[in-house]
Amino acid sequence: MRVLLFGRLGDVAGWRERSLDPSPTSLSALKALLAGLDAALGEALNGPGVQAAVDRAIVRGDVALAAGCEVAFLPPMSGG
Amino acid sequence: MIRLTTEPFDPGAELTAFCAGRTESGAVASFVGIARGEGGQATALELEAYPGFTELEIGRMVEAATQRFSLHDALVVHRHGAIAPGEPIVMVATASSHRREAFEACDFLMDYLKSRAPFWKKEHGPAGPRWVEPTARDLDDIARWD
Repeated sequence: MRVLLFGRLGDVAGWRERSLDPSPTSLSALKALLAGLDAALGEALNGPGVQAAVDRAIVRGDVALAAGCEVAFLPPMSGG
Repeated sequence: MIRLTTEPFDPGAELTAFCAGRTESGAVASFVGIARGEGGQATALELEAYPGFTELEIGRMVEAATQRFSLHDALVVHRHGAIAPGEPIVMVATASSHRREAFEACDFLMDYLKSRAPFWKKEHGPAGPRWVEPTARDLDDIARWD
């Protein structure tokens, strides 16, 4: 599984991309694993407006994760 | 057409190319967003995109704008990476039969890009870097279209 962090989440964690093997089987398990490694990141992932995308599609709530998937955590977006 | 680029672009050349050969459109509206220096408080902008996903999401919004405003065509050019004050960050152009639809679609797409397109913007200045998130005004602007 590939985990991507964008915006301020990457600054909080000190990394922007990481591979996990074995990989957690749900989004909630992935968040719990990341929070266990880094409490500040765990808190930031649950912050206001943070969304998750699995294989480049936004997901809501908890979802099952396949071993080879790409999970991205997306803080509030701002372009233009 | 949607294009992300890390290189500066020429809005005039983009607009000329977008208008070329349109014998039926009648109306083209465009907007260019330029990085502000904020009187020296912003020395550089850094925009992060999620390549692949960012284009997909903008594409969905362009499709929605095309349906809603009966567009003939739309162009979105968006920078990512490091951007200096005075450089264009974003350009939107829309083509339709009549001006109202072109103006409104351009406005709609810019409101979307400001608060819902997958970009993350970091402003560098004398006080250090800070992440810029949508303002209350940006959120009010996008809510006009819901």
